[in-house]
Amino acid sequence: MTYAKLIFELSQPQRVGYELPQTMIPDVALDTLLDVSLFRDTPADLPEVSELDIVRHYTKVSQKNIGIESGFYPLGSCTMKYNPKINDEMAGLDGFKLIHPTQPLSTIQPLLKIYDDTATMLNEITGMSGTSLNTFAGAHGELAGLMIMKSYHESRGDAKRTKVIIPDSAHGTNPASAMMLGYQTVTIKSQHGLVDLQALKEVLNDEVAGIMLTNPNTVGLFEKDILLISKMVHEVGGLLYYDGANLNPLLGIARPGDMGFDIMHMNLHKTFSTPHGGGGPGSGPVSVAKHLVPFLPSPVIKKLADNTYMLDEPSTSCGQVGGFYGNFLVVIRAYTYIRTVAHDLMQVGPNAVLNANYIQESLKDLYKLVVDKPCMHEFVFNGLIDQSTGVKTLDIAKRSLDFGIHAPTIYFPLLFDQSIMIEPTEVESKETLDDFIKIFRTIAHEAKTTPEVVKNAPVFTPVGRLDEVGAARNPILHFKALKKHLSL
Amino acid sequence: MFKYLPLTEQNKADMLKIINVKSVDDLLYDVPKSIRLQKPYDILPRLSESQIRKHLKSLQATVLTSYRGYGVYEHERPSIIDAISSRQEFLTSYTPYQPEVAQGTLQYIFEWQSMMVNLTEMDVSNASMYDGATALSEAMMMAVFTTNIKRILVASPLLPHVEKVLKTYARHRDVLLEIVPHHDGKADEATVLKLMETPFAAIIIAYPNRFGLIEYSEKLIEKAKEKQSLVISYNDPFALARLKSPRSLGVDIACGEAQSLGLNPSFGGPFIGYLTTTQTLLRKMPGRICGYTTDSRGQRSFVLTLQTREQHIRREKANSNICSNQSLLALQATIYLATLGKQGLVAAFDQATKGTHYLKNLLVESGLFSLAYHGQFAYEITLKTTLDAYKLESAMVKKGYLIGQVLDKHTIVFYVSESRTKDDINAFVSVMMEVAHDIR
Repeated sequence: MTYAKLIFELSQPQRVGYELPQTMIPDVALDTLLDVSLFRDTPADLPEVSELDIVRHYTKVSQKNIGIESGFYPLGSCTMKYNPKINDEMAGLDGFKLIHPTQPLSTIQPLLKIYDDTATMLNEITGMSGTSLNTFAGAHGELAGLMIMKSYHESRGDAKRTKVIIPDSAHGTNPASAMMLGYQTVTIKSQHGLVDLQALKEVLNDEVAGIMLTNPNTVGLFEKDILLISKMVHEVGGLLYYDGANLNPLLGIARPGDMGFDIMHMNLHKTFSTPHGGGGPGSGPVSVAKHLVPFLPSPVIKKLADNTYMLDEPSTSCGQVGGFYGNFLVVIRAYTYIRTVAHDLMQVGPNAVLNANYIQESLKDLYKLVVDKPCMHEFVFNGLIDQSTGVKTLDIAKRSLDFGIHAPTIYFPLLFDQSIMIEPTEVESKETLDDFIKIFRTIAHEAKTTPEVVKNAPVFTPVGRLDEVGAARNPILHFKALKKHLSL
Repeated sequence: MFKYLPLTEQNKADMLKIINVKSVDDLLYDVPKSIRLQKPYDILPRLSESQIRKHLKSLQATVLTSYRGYGVYEHERPSIIDAISSRQEFLTSYTPYQPEVAQGTLQYIFEWQSMMVNLTEMDVSNASMYDGATALSEAMMMAVFTTNIKRILVASPLLPHVEKVLKTYARHRDVLLEIVPHHDGKADEATVLKLMETPFAAIIIAYPNRFGLIEYSEKLIEKAKEKQSLVISYNDPFALARLKSPRSLGVDIACGEAQSLGLNPSFGGPFIGYLTTTQTLLRKMPGRICGYTTDSRGQRSFVLTLQTREQHIRREKANSNICSNQSLLALQATIYLATLGKQGLVAAFDQATKGTHYLKNLLVESGLFSLAYHGQFAYEITLKTTLDAYKLESAMVKKGYLIGQVLDKHTIVFYVSESRTKDDINAFVSVMMEVAHDIR
């Protein structure tokens, strides 16, 4: 049995895992300081456990996860590259992690310099003119980016722009972000995995606030007509938004700013190697072209003539989007990455593209390639070519877990019903790719000869396939509810 | 060659041969020539590991002994938090899309949800939000989407950074945000009652509020219920160790900033927001939710559930655009709460409160400070001073101290953590008295 005790189940009355310093402050009864009518009746039901209980518990819990250091993690659109240790070491410095965000300006000058230098380097890498690091994640960057779009149109008194165009291959966050701001989304169909220019033309008018694109797109293809798309959208007064989830392959190859994009976000936790943390903390800086700089989220870091920095809140700003200045410690990691990799960033895109094409070419005789041409950093199979035994994408993914790797992204993009999306990134060696190819060839072979093995996978993981329907039908979302359910 | 780029020239040649092209350039034919990068990035020069270490060590900010909270609180921080959360299985994994190899992440999210439910006594919690300010903003949107009314009343003084973010989210969705002016540190009740005569989606209350005051009006909560509007509360979860739970007051959505649960101040981030609500509003809640289930072998397991609320399924019909949140910080806060436990969190609250009152007494006795507002306060308090607060702040920085948050020339919000001993506080006050003499 896999360890699945909850920390609450280790609890023993009176046991403690904490220690507080003795303050020697003359003791007074709390109820002489605070009105007891403010107090809760019973203390919150938190565990009572020793320090070793906790350490052992979470060590066992961690062993049910795999991370990048456990093995290959080819999740498409997620850019799971190695997270260098030096980055974490730098983020752990006291002069970063122990700093209160409202400390007087005189004490935080170096931190503002790091922000400013990071923003300047990201401007150069993306071809944009201004970058804000205040946003916490990709989706948060998107939200801020659309706020900038909205503020820009409003500043021109252009109130009729209520629509945002989004290709059907887009990440789900794109339409959801547009919805958050009250935009109406217009979906356009893809053709051969690319934006259909005719379909685009039909929906372009003066009600369009902008278009959201990721390039290379989620099929792993570069939008070859990007310059034309840019021209068409700009001609009707719309703006181009670049979803930077797929920025990695462009390093050393091209820049969104040069393609005509006006606004973009990037994911420091993808392209710039910061850890994903099991779903955050990320960082999703938003960058803009020159004419949109006044609309960036506040506070804005301003460099003064004497080389000191201040925090400004321009009246044109789209507003403050997070408590302070974003996920600072994540920015430190990205800064460290950029400074230590430096000119070799030019190799990142080409190597990522080479790795992806190598896998694509080595498996396309067994798996159905959705567009048979060279890809960028990732590509999509629509399941196996030979589907006679009924083995689906889900089965393939689950079986791959048995070989000690993470599965690729599955059932995305939504354009295909059996999508398997593979992104190896540039950090993987040819040997790792060869192992992966061997695993996927083995699975294809098993699907034919012993399909039940694939359909019943995984068997070597801490748990087998889960009853997701049951979980949603009768949601048990915390320990108390679980106790009740199991009548413990 | 570079250490993070393992392909050798031989590897590349072999791979290109398999792909049947001459160079990587042949794979990039869709990228228009006119936008191909012609030269390397013009960025700062490369630093080796030892050089970046030296460089960044020199760029640290001044670490001060802090008596400042104002939404960001230093607490006793068990070393096991970093030891556990830096394990690569937790640190480097992705969102748990393949639950069979992500039970670790899913289980601690379930534990985090359980602890937030226990603290707030609400029915359900999500897996986390980016920070307190965005959690409150999402709570506001949740109320707007639920009631279809685009009007929100703010009936407690909120921390300014939280209020600013709320205003941004409201502005871009055309939500009318009515921020009630405060008297004596609290929103004026009569004004709120009057504003409640026009339909509104929710009122927002905060305890402790911007000034450290613990205030809520049961009359306002009752009135909101009568009007079938929602009640949103914004709480420092550390305070809920002792204070009445949001649920017991009739709150519908309880949210806040959970940095106080064992996270470093980190110059403002990464922090973690929490959001909890009632069973009734479960399906309106934004963000990831983890639920219990069983696997094909009959074992207890956990999985992301109720995903039909979310962006990757519902796209423009989703409750929110949030996907990645602050998972690793949820782990840190969970370890913090497990370590402090049932007794420790209460003990820490009491100790910080006693320290704050001790500091307050010393400062008031000095004759230079007085209480700014009437009311109840715990570990944070607003004081008026006859000194120039800005001058005091700068002078104290030179002595290695961060005084409380300066609100204006004569008002300061002080916070005393449970770590400060009597000797610490005495020393702080005596340095302040010395400095007061110099700046007067």
